[in-house]
Amino acid sequence: MPEALTMHGRPLRGLAGLAIVAVLVTACGGGATPAPTVGPTEAPAATSAPSSSAAASLGETTLGSNESDEAPKAAVQAIVDYCQAKTGITVKVNVNDHNTFQNQISSYLQGTPDDVVKWFAGNRLRFFAAQGLVAPIDDVWAKIEQYMTPGLKAASQGSDGKMYFVPVYNYPWVVLYRKSLFAEKGYTIPKTIDEFKALGDKMKADGLVPLAFGDQDGWPAMGTFDILNMRLNGYAFHIGLMEGREKWSDPKVKAVFELWRNLLPYFQEGAPGRTWQDAAKVALVDKKAGMYFLGTFAVEQAGTENVSDVGFFPFPLLGTAYDSENAIDAPIDGFMMSANPKNPDAAKAFLECAGTPEAQVAYVTSPGIGSVAVSPQADTSKYNEVQKASAEILKNAGSIAQFLDRDARADFAGPSGMQGFLISFLTNPKQDLDKFLSDIQTYYDSLPPQ
Amino acid sequence: MIEHGASSATPVPPASAGGTGSSGRGASRRRYRPLTERDRLTLGLMVGVPTAIVTVFILLPTAASIVLSFTSWNGIGGLENIKFIGLKNYTDLISIYKPFWPAVIHNLTWLVFFLLIATPLGMFLAVLLDKNIRGTRIYQSALYMPVVLSLAIVGFIWQLIYAPEQGLLNNLLGRTAQGNQISWLGDPSLNLWAVLVAASWRQVGYVMVLYLAGLKSVDPALREAASIDGASEAQSFFRVVFPVMRPINIVILVITVIESLRAFDLAFIINKGLNGLELLSTLVTNNIIGETSRIGFGSAIAVVLLMVSVGPIVVYLVRALREDRQ
Repeated sequence: MPEALTMHGRPLRGLAGLAIVAVLVTACGGGATPAPTVGPTEAPAATSAPSSSAAASLGETTLGSNESDEAPKAAVQAIVDYCQAKTGITVKVNVNDHNTFQNQISSYLQGTPDDVVKWFAGNRLRFFAAQGLVAPIDDVWAKIEQYMTPGLKAASQGSDGKMYFVPVYNYPWVVLYRKSLFAEKGYTIPKTIDEFKALGDKMKADGLVPLAFGDQDGWPAMGTFDILNMRLNGYAFHIGLMEGREKWSDPKVKAVFELWRNLLPYFQEGAPGRTWQDAAKVALVDKKAGMYFLGTFAVEQAGTENVSDVGFFPFPLLGTAYDSENAIDAPIDGFMMSANPKNPDAAKAFLECAGTPEAQVAYVTSPGIGSVAVSPQADTSKYNEVQKASAEILKNAGSIAQFLDRDARADFAGPSGMQGFLISFLTNPKQDLDKFLSDIQTYYDSLPPQ
Repeated sequence: MIEHGASSATPVPPASAGGTGSSGRGASRRRYRPLTERDRLTLGLMVGVPTAIVTVFILLPTAASIVLSFTSWNGIGGLENIKFIGLKNYTDLISIYKPFWPAVIHNLTWLVFFLLIATPLGMFLAVLLDKNIRGTRIYQSALYMPVVLSLAIVGFIWQLIYAPEQGLLNNLLGRTAQGNQISWLGDPSLNLWAVLVAASWRQVGYVMVLYLAGLKSVDPALREAASIDGASEAQSFFRVVFPVMRPINIVILVITVIESLRAFDLAFIINKGLNGLELLSTLVTNNIIGETSRIGFGSAIAVVLLMVSVGPIVVYLVRALREDRQ
């Protein structure tokens, strides 16, 4: 069934198309749809799925997905299967190559997009909302708000205050380490930056690199900037900076880079020439580095035999007024609805379903997924170790940012902007920071109004 | 066309118009018509179709890029969203946009490196292989192999060679320890050269095959005559073979220039053209492809790339036309 329904390009049109789909649905509907993976999360609880009464008549909607890799592709299918069973709608999934989809998203949305589109929260959503390329779904949110937190709501909101996005899952940025290495050397998890430095010195004495680091792709360094800025200047300042209300030339930003410069001796050198995967191997496979700061997805790089030996903890606190915020980067993915869906009722029924904790769990418990459901009400009993630890960290995080390239406008965050600037800092950390930061601000100001 | 050629050859064009009958006006033309209707139709199609194709697919897009380079547009919505902002894109480009000047310099470095090192090396290998040394077939295939690979794969292969810990090169040099590594792709003073080596790996094979084909077509009698006259190997190559191969030399020169100006793939695969690998082509891509594109700004960079490309093309055309006339 998936092959037939996930072909690229336009959905089948006309009677012939409908007939084929009908045949397919009846052919495999009985066996496949009540997906065994989601069975345990209790479909009977007809509590949610509010509009399921009208279900049968809603018909078919389409979902454009950028998940072309095996594990996430199966996870998208899992949430689709769950919601098909739940609401009676039919969802045709059109899978697109990940990078192609991302590069062509604006022409895709301007053409004839699918009804529902898998996308990211934050500024990357707000941009398309402001351009009128995605449709507001306040009515969907009225039904799913009960499962969500204020933070999730803010991340799903457009600049006009309307809701445009249904968040499904996220993952935190953490410090990863090998439990066996810590046990063998008697290291303890650093809670503060002083403990972190002391541990770093000890690791150096043991011939280890304290913190593995690779930034060849330009984006990993953004995570380090985010966490230092949030811990030093607070979440509100960080978001203000991302959205252009605060200035990069602010002395507070300079303080972040000065702090980073002082911490650089603990970072693996040569980061601009190392991919994040190679850095992950240094820390998580070869154990030549003690720690590694990245999203939890880096766990996969440890290899199946080492996964259970990988632990992680939140970045240490800096001892500032903002320690209590426990701010963290945890990018949220989910679904949005294109501006002119062919079947808005079915699309909204799917979005409503996708916003329920059960549907979110159906996604994240698909094999090979390390992200966790966004809803605090999600049932975590089926989570693996990584997911349990992630959920714990996210529960304790007071403020959740999306990540620099999701919180700030894409043309500023991209290779011409912050990716290039951060690499320039890493290549030459002793450069004149005032000039460096005023260059960043000048670049920001040169961008056209959004 | 015929008229044009004739009149430009006439020393005193306007005055002699009436007498020569080549000015194409009035009675003289009706009296003598070298082309039949059918010929005219054929000629019209032969000239018209290519002209239409060139206009639609090259000239109009070029003109559109030039117009867009004076605008601000994020690629969303119709023409009404395009705002003319004068020269702002160009002034931003040279004053604010940090990667611009490095990109220009890297493009020129690429050109010079190919012209002075990669291409001559390819020619040299062709001359060696032309000597019918033992195993020449094997050498030919080995050297030509990289040309068959796409640059995306070439980029992948060389990343494996240049990687800091797992990379072949650092392991051979014993420089994998922390503090002792060579960051081939991360050090901005080094990575352009590292990438140029990778690009040359492919360029050398390409030039070699073309040149080898050219060498095979040189009449052996010429070399024989040269050696009978007492010319050394080097003399017979530089004085006899090289001049005879003029057409191939020009093809190779043109290919070298084209390959350098369209340099893109390797830098983009390695790090999207950041940190010492900036090229005009990667800057165009980085500004135009993606979620929020700056079509106008990207077009301005493309226009600069056009200017850089037009230089060698004009030089080549001027020389080629001048020789045709001789």
